[in-house]
Amino acid sequence: MNRTGASREARRLKEAIAFWCLRVAVGLVAASLFGILLFLFIQGAGAISWEFLTEAPRDSMTRGGIFPAIIGTLCLTLGAMLVALPLGVCAAIYLSEYARPGKVLTLVRLGIQNLAGVPSVVFGLFGLALFVVFFGFGVSILAGSLTLGLLILPTVIGAAEEALRQVPDTFREASLALGATKWQTVRKVILPAALPGILTGSILGLGRAAGETAPIMFTAATFYTLHLPDSVLDEVMALPYHVFVLATAGTHIEQTRPLQYGTVLVLIALVLGLNLAAIIIRTRLRRQKKW
Amino acid sequence: MSYLVQDEALPAPAGQAAAIGRAKNLGGRKRELLDGLARGVFVLTGLFSVLVMALIVLFLFREGLSLFSQVSVSDFLFSTEWYPTDENPDFGILPLILGSVAVTVMASAVAVPLGVAAAVYLAAVAHHRVREWLKPAVELLASLPSVVLGFVGMVVIAPLLQEWWDIPTGLNVLNASLMLALMAIPTIASISEDALYSVPKELLEASYALGATKWETLTRVLVPGALSGIGTAVILGMSRAMGETMVVLMIAGGAAMIPTSIFDSARPMPASIAAEMGEAPVGSEHYHALFAIGVVLFLMTLAFNLVAFYFSRRFQQKGAATL
Repeated sequence: MNRTGASREARRLKEAIAFWCLRVAVGLVAASLFGILLFLFIQGAGAISWEFLTEAPRDSMTRGGIFPAIIGTLCLTLGAMLVALPLGVCAAIYLSEYARPGKVLTLVRLGIQNLAGVPSVVFGLFGLALFVVFFGFGVSILAGSLTLGLLILPTVIGAAEEALRQVPDTFREASLALGATKWQTVRKVILPAALPGILTGSILGLGRAAGETAPIMFTAATFYTLHLPDSVLDEVMALPYHVFVLATAGTHIEQTRPLQYGTVLVLIALVLGLNLAAIIIRTRLRRQKKW
Repeated sequence: MSYLVQDEALPAPAGQAAAIGRAKNLGGRKRELLDGLARGVFVLTGLFSVLVMALIVLFLFREGLSLFSQVSVSDFLFSTEWYPTDENPDFGILPLILGSVAVTVMASAVAVPLGVAAAVYLAAVAHHRVREWLKPAVELLASLPSVVLGFVGMVVIAPLLQEWWDIPTGLNVLNASLMLALMAIPTIASISEDALYSVPKELLEASYALGATKWETLTRVLVPGALSGIGTAVILGMSRAMGETMVVLMIAGGAAMIPTSIFDSARPMPASIAAEMGEAPVGSEHYHALFAIGVVLFLMTLAFNLVAFYFSRRFQQKGAATL
């Protein structure tokens, strides 16, 4: 009956063994994630306190809190969003509503896909050469936000395009049949319907921007500053960079371990919180979808 | 029914009708002008990513290539001495290139089997309830900041490796590769999974109809059918591992030597750029050398991405009939 000549039982057994191998592989991946999270939570929870979250570092970084780093990361992340959201949504509208298959579309797709694959440290170099040096912004929130914004642009485009494509064609046809122009259709029908999906995508972009270190190392981040930023041309402390510096470059690496764990925990809570929120919103949306 | 559904989903239909009425009063020409303007804006923003790519290439090459007035390209690529801050500096990045290759290959050796296995499990084996929990977990793994994985490598994996194998330091190629693998697995898993879903159902049903078990169908129909997508996933995962900075900066060890064993210290290209840019004065030879490394890194990842792009277009599964 079958080519291998093995009995039905043997084939079933082989299948069972193979499936268990797959389960072990997946279990390994999931276990490493939860192991890491659990470990960092247990180690970091002790360091978290109201003072840790609201005070500046003291005694050459060995005590005190990370408030300036939290504020810095919020500034950079929101700045990146201000860059990426309008550009990303408009590019997604082009891709889903206006583009026709052809050379231009292939070029645009090629551009987006390769932009997504550019290493983050290369974005850092680019930001340094263009924004910091060429435009003369210096090491600043502005330069860092622009760099991060371009970095997350492909993420935002991808998510927004998916959201736009999920709006059924009947919506477009109904609007056009009423005599609306394409622009009116986009603005009054398609965008409102796709808005929740676009928001989900932008939350994912926020999470990505908040966790990146390499792009801001040469463009925005500083190890230590006494004052909070009061203009977009100030350099700032940032959570990921703070972790890196405390863990590798300080003179009191062992002494600041609790601070390092605490900072890592705050960073993870921020990044994973944003991602988890996006995942939950997306699941809800899929269930509630009315069309 | 469908009328009701649409009515609900469209925000304020009355307002919309009024808006269109207003638009009519504007006169056809102005409306068309606005429509054309909008189209222009959208096309331009669509092309913006291409512009950014062009700017990246322009500035990277502009800053990087000026090194080659002092150092020959072959010395730069194939010399093994990297002493950029000496009085007579040497700019040979072969150890850095090979460091990158070593961690990328090692990381792929771990990440490809695990990533593809996870994709196959999620797409074809897992009960949908299990899937509902596992898929977000894989996505969360993708979103872990690289500096966090670097930190974990430093404080957890390094001491473990040191103890198990009795080696002087746990900051080495093996440690960096393991952490890079964790970053590449979600990329490989999620793209492979999409590819597996795109294999036509008819093919699987035909296989079952011939009496094949689920496992036989998986290995002989589903995976071969999705092979181009899985190939794309593997290439993009490797590209991600090669370009990743913080992990290799924190735990690869940092010695600019050609690694000969998995316990050797290495200094992959991104680590060198990130570690030294702070000390290199803008416009100095060292500064240009770091940009030149950026050019090499950029070209290598670009090659990976172009191959992936070509793969995903060329071998796209268009339906049951094309097999």
